[in-house]
Amino acid sequence: MKNLWFHLMPYKDLPDDFREEHPSVWVDIDSGLLDAERVHQHYHEYLDELEFAGEVGFDGVCCNEHHQNGYGLMPSPNLIAATLTRRTSAPAICVMGNSLALYNPPTRVAEEFAMLDCMSGGRLIAGFPVGTPMDTIFAYGQNPSKLRDRYYEAHDIVMRAWQEPETFAFNGRYNQLRYVNVWPRPVQKPHPPVWIPGGGSVETWRWCAEMDYVYSYLSYFGYKAGAATMQGFWDEMDRLGKDRNPYRAGFLQFVAVGETEKEALELYREPAEYFYGRCLHVNPKWASPAGYQSEATIRAKVQSQVALAAAQSRAGNGQNGGGRPGPMGAARDWEQILDLGYVIAGDPDQVAERIRQVCIDLNVGHLMLLCQFGNMSTELAKYNTRLYAERVLPQIQDLFDDRWEDSWWPQPLEQPATARALA
Amino acid sequence: MRETTISVGGHPVRVLTGGDNPSAPPAVFFAGIGGVPTWVPFLDRLAESRRVIVPSLPGFPGAADFRHLDTLLDWVVHCVETVEALDEAPVDLIGSSAGGALAAEVAAIAGSLVNRLVLIAPFGSHDTEDPGADIWAQVPGPDSIPNLVCERPEAWKHAWQVPEGAEAIDYQVMHTRAMEAAARYLFPFGDTGVVSRLHRVDHPTLLLRGSEDRVLPTSSNERFCAALAGPVRTGELEGAGHLPELDTPDDLAREINAFLADQELG
Repeated sequence: MKNLWFHLMPYKDLPDDFREEHPSVWVDIDSGLLDAERVHQHYHEYLDELEFAGEVGFDGVCCNEHHQNGYGLMPSPNLIAATLTRRTSAPAICVMGNSLALYNPPTRVAEEFAMLDCMSGGRLIAGFPVGTPMDTIFAYGQNPSKLRDRYYEAHDIVMRAWQEPETFAFNGRYNQLRYVNVWPRPVQKPHPPVWIPGGGSVETWRWCAEMDYVYSYLSYFGYKAGAATMQGFWDEMDRLGKDRNPYRAGFLQFVAVGETEKEALELYREPAEYFYGRCLHVNPKWASPAGYQSEATIRAKVQSQVALAAAQSRAGNGQNGGGRPGPMGAARDWEQILDLGYVIAGDPDQVAERIRQVCIDLNVGHLMLLCQFGNMSTELAKYNTRLYAERVLPQIQDLFDDRWEDSWWPQPLEQPATARALA
Repeated sequence: MRETTISVGGHPVRVLTGGDNPSAPPAVFFAGIGGVPTWVPFLDRLAESRRVIVPSLPGFPGAADFRHLDTLLDWVVHCVETVEALDEAPVDLIGSSAGGALAAEVAAIAGSLVNRLVLIAPFGSHDTEDPGADIWAQVPGPDSIPNLVCERPEAWKHAWQVPEGAEAIDYQVMHTRAMEAAARYLFPFGDTGVVSRLHRVDHPTLLLRGSEDRVLPTSSNERFCAALAGPVRTGELEGAGHLPELDTPDDLAREINAFLADQELG
């Protein structure tokens, strides 16, 4: 299996009374809370952490795109990835990803990803999310009724731009480009592996299967809440006649490793409660503009909620153990966070055992790990990262490789150029 | 009330028609945000002196297709062709809210189809200094839109009551679809640029709003009033929110009937 180190790049100084005094961490977050000098420090610490993760043996490092967001200081993940091409030499660089409909023209994505693939010597994983409503509809003003069609059209442009040898014209519904001929083109042929971060929509699962892309479920709510979604994904793969190769899937999980379980529980309480308490304090009015979700997804969610309510009624409880929590309903205290599986915490053996079981149960070959979260110090983030790399990774990295091949992993150059700083 | 279906550009459109007198003049109503799932009391009041014809706008209840319409021009052409297809022109055209934006466009672009124009809190203009509400950024839940658009949310809920034998999920999808359809030509500000075309509207126009409208500010109607070329009568309906057709149906119908019957206005 592959272990990727994922950074959200949260702002660490949201005040203690953030939930009470501020309406949202996203879209209209108070700019008065931001100290650019602290962000300067953050970026350097966070880049150090990503580089460190590559040094200690993670298979990949991940960054992502959010806008007007207090827990994601990466409106341009490509800038972060660009520095990683120079400061790392081994790990895959997983940009998870560029929200395609936000780039005008979308050939910009084809160009920048091609640059990153060339700069890194073929280490790029190209993530293509639709993007959250907060990012796409409210921060970037995309029409919710046209977002998905724009996304699919932009995808088509990027993939053709990477692969068609001749200059071509694209006369689409939303994009008219008379001469498409991006320079450079990616090192990886026919194109870098494509991963699709998504929620639980059936359409996305089908599309990933049709296009042979990796489906990545990037929930902040851990393996227990994610089980139903991944089950739905694999059921759909079965229906479509696809094999159960775990490398078809990616999954995000918070981890907190200590020398002992007691130490882990002590060390990671504060950053976890900071993340789930402040970073996920999103005004619900941003969550669901009409048109963002397809009618089929609305129907599926209502039906699953009805089924869940019925199941709870039969079970005689009101717990939402198997449902999909959103930011607005997330647990915020450490005991609940652990109980619900948002964070896997413990000593290295406990974490390895749990991770191994999660990957088997969810059938996930690409595990994206958040070892830094909330206001975690860079020292603690590196401690967590090192313990995972040295004591957990060796216990789990053989998983799946006896049976399955990862066809969705970068194919770097055999002898890539190295930055002089690393030589 | 009679329900028929016509075809506009190859897409089915539900048409509700009410009014007993076949010789009464026709009045066409473009519904407000969300549309009307069924015949509402306001239409009955209006039908006391008119033949009331209510074609569903694309994506609104009664006309599911709308994703083929990309630009505002697509929407306006659809609405022009809808009025043409009714074969009643010239008609008195009444548009509320999201439907008001399109009614104003029809009058501006295809003025010969329209006799008199009634606009009730029409979308179409926006001032960032006096913005009104963002109807697409609302806390999810069954009460948020009714509470925003109506002073009497129970009137909205009554209009959207799921009939016996129908599925609640179908109504939820129908409502979301109608909100999405409006977003398609109004997002994000509801500013269609129609004000720059209102100099072409020389029809007698009645321009109304609810006194308790929480969606659009008074200044929105004022910009319409200043730009319309024809004689304009303005009014405010006491106790009504953004959708007076649901909040104060009797008062709204009385105002409109009086305006349409007034010979002084040319």
